[in-house]
Amino acid sequence: MKTLIQSIRLTLVLIVLLCVIYPVIITLAGKLSKGGGDGEKIAVNGKVVGYAAIGQKFDKPQYFWGRPSAVGYNAAGSGGSNKGPSNPDYLKDVKSRIDTLLKYNPGLQKSEIPADLVTASGSGLDPDISPESAKIQIKRVAQIRKLDEAKVASLVNAHIEAPLFGPKKVNVLKLNVALDELK
Amino acid sequence: MNSELTGILASFIITLLIGIPLGKYLAKMFAGEKVWTDILKPIENGIYKLSGINPNEPMDWKRFLKAMMVINSLWIVYGFFVLMYQDKLPLNPDGNAGMSADLAFNTILSFVANCNLQHYSGESGVTYFTQHFILMFLHFTSAATGIAAAVGVFKAFRDKTTNDLGNFWNYFVRSITRLLLPLSIVIALILTFNGTTSSYEGKDQFISLQGDTVHVSRGPAAQMIAIKHLGTNGGGWFGANSAHPLENPNYVTNMTEIIAQMIIPIAMVLAFGYFIRRKKLGWVIFGVMTIGMLMLMIPTISSELGGNPAIARMGISQTSGAMEGKEVRIGPAATAYWSTLTTIVSTGSVNGMHDSTMALTGLWQLLGMMINSFFGGCGVGVLNYVIYVIIAVFISGLMVGRTPEFLGHKVEAREVKIAALVTLLSPFLILAGTAISSYVFNHYGNADWATKPSAWLNNPGYHGFSEMLYEYTSSNANNGSGFEGLGDGNIFWSVTTGLIIILGRFLPIIGPVAIAGLLAQKKFIPESAGTLRTDTVTFGAMTFAVIIVLNALSYFPALALGPIAEYFSMLK
Repeated sequence: MKTLIQSIRLTLVLIVLLCVIYPVIITLAGKLSKGGGDGEKIAVNGKVVGYAAIGQKFDKPQYFWGRPSAVGYNAAGSGGSNKGPSNPDYLKDVKSRIDTLLKYNPGLQKSEIPADLVTASGSGLDPDISPESAKIQIKRVAQIRKLDEAKVASLVNAHIEAPLFGPKKVNVLKLNVALDELK
Repeated sequence: MNSELTGILASFIITLLIGIPLGKYLAKMFAGEKVWTDILKPIENGIYKLSGINPNEPMDWKRFLKAMMVINSLWIVYGFFVLMYQDKLPLNPDGNAGMSADLAFNTILSFVANCNLQHYSGESGVTYFTQHFILMFLHFTSAATGIAAAVGVFKAFRDKTTNDLGNFWNYFVRSITRLLLPLSIVIALILTFNGTTSSYEGKDQFISLQGDTVHVSRGPAAQMIAIKHLGTNGGGWFGANSAHPLENPNYVTNMTEIIAQMIIPIAMVLAFGYFIRRKKLGWVIFGVMTIGMLMLMIPTISSELGGNPAIARMGISQTSGAMEGKEVRIGPAATAYWSTLTTIVSTGSVNGMHDSTMALTGLWQLLGMMINSFFGGCGVGVLNYVIYVIIAVFISGLMVGRTPEFLGHKVEAREVKIAALVTLLSPFLILAGTAISSYVFNHYGNADWATKPSAWLNNPGYHGFSEMLYEYTSSNANNGSGFEGLGDGNIFWSVTTGLIIILGRFLPIIGPVAIAGLLAQKKFIPESAGTLRTDTVTFGAMTFAVIIVLNALSYFPALALGPIAEYFSMLK
């Protein structure tokens, strides 16, 4: 009985320390961060069009496409396809994504398609694609928007992020926002 | 070398640079020697006073375990009811519902046990209140429970003959105030300044560039993600865990999280050696564990970087490696590195979906969890290793025809029986669970349950079997990761895994504590020429061999039916 009462009292004390004091300190400190701890937003003409970290659906041909998503880029949830590497239905899906890319991108060779553009991400909200995945879409985007291909290519190059450690990447939303501003 | 491989290497070096000094510090701190964190003493004394605890009361192993079990049982009751009625409590901006009884049962056992298997999704299954007041609270306390139990064992092994394992409350509280909380603050700050959300704002809504209406789940996640890794817990804020871009926004946070989950397991191994004043033993164990880790890690990285052979046959460019279930900002190398560490140290958080990794990667992930003592979870990794050591001592004793000894105490029938039972428990729980679920799947596929058993699996064939095997392995190892395609959010899975989680947690803690307590009571025998020395490379190799043989004998048939069969079926 004595042990139980000690346990109850200790639990209450620790709840105050760990579930009130600690998180509130971090929340207050987080106000000083970019985005204030609410998540960093991207706005166009003062209107929020998305979060920098959260990918969104791009399937119109005039935009650069992001990765396939198992949750349809619905950020009220998250998750991957959880398809195993040998699953025949999954392999069919990948094939049809390859076919879609070949159909929409004039002159694209199969061997140029990077894996990240035909496989679903882990979160279903991946905001990035590999630089190669952006590059193979330049021709399509430039043709539809009647822009100079070189101009679009230099825009893509300007959006390649190359961190000290980890893979190179392109944030699809930022790229597309910049693309809309390109005239 | 490319920036992905240097990223892994840098992560590992930083882990060692933090983990090694941390081990020395922990040994000193728990031994009660002078350390700079003594400035926190007034806070600790306040905690003891408010709780009516005397932190200097000696405890024998039974009293020690009683304190541990009472407070853990209390948390189970508290959490179970709060999870069920969370919809009636504050801090629920998204209006999420209360949990069903079976889901609350599974969730609370899972978090008390430091397992963090999640049969709900963070965005919709829990509230900000339960995320913090139950789940994050247990992130701290379950890790501290494991560490405190390990320190009790250290104390028993250090003293020549004693009944005293030290004071459970003392170890437990100091694990929080002098290790988990300060480091969590540092990690949470790194995360929030890199884009992880930390405010209490609820869901947001915006119209995307293409004109779709999108809802975004948010919340005070940085606080929880910090301790989720540091305490080798693994239960994340969002459904996609650390693959979620708000939970793990960039490569810096990815490195932070992967380093955070390794430092305490490494430190505890070295702390063992320093604490019992046989630092060579600590380093030998460290060596064995590191070799074991590399044997799982190198083939994992190579199989993920190699990509999916079935996709390679379609003729596209897979130079970056296998990408299904992975994030571009993290990449396959760091995802593979993480997948090995998260399975060996029982964190179970993921930065990519394990269900979609290559067949052989699944094999290494499963083995990591089955062995569960290549560093292992906070505190419990060392305890699991002690069990293997007792078996190794016993077998070596038989080989040379001497009474086995460990650290100056005779290892006799009672201790070996306990060790054998704990060793046999894991394969029993994992294989019996998998056998029952396979049987139900095959024979009662159309049973009229909420989820029909025939709809459990997300993948056909060998991989489907692996999904079930993985779920029980992860439960028993208190890992908490999953082949998440498995339809586990129903009463069958919640109840069976819940029971395995709780047995797989507490018996492997009670066993080593009891062994240590029993050994410490015996007469101390000074070392002589005839003593089998346990701090040698030879004995390290012996223990390693015992680990491999025991696990191969226990699990090879099941592994052959799952990942190994899948691997060979894909070689065409």
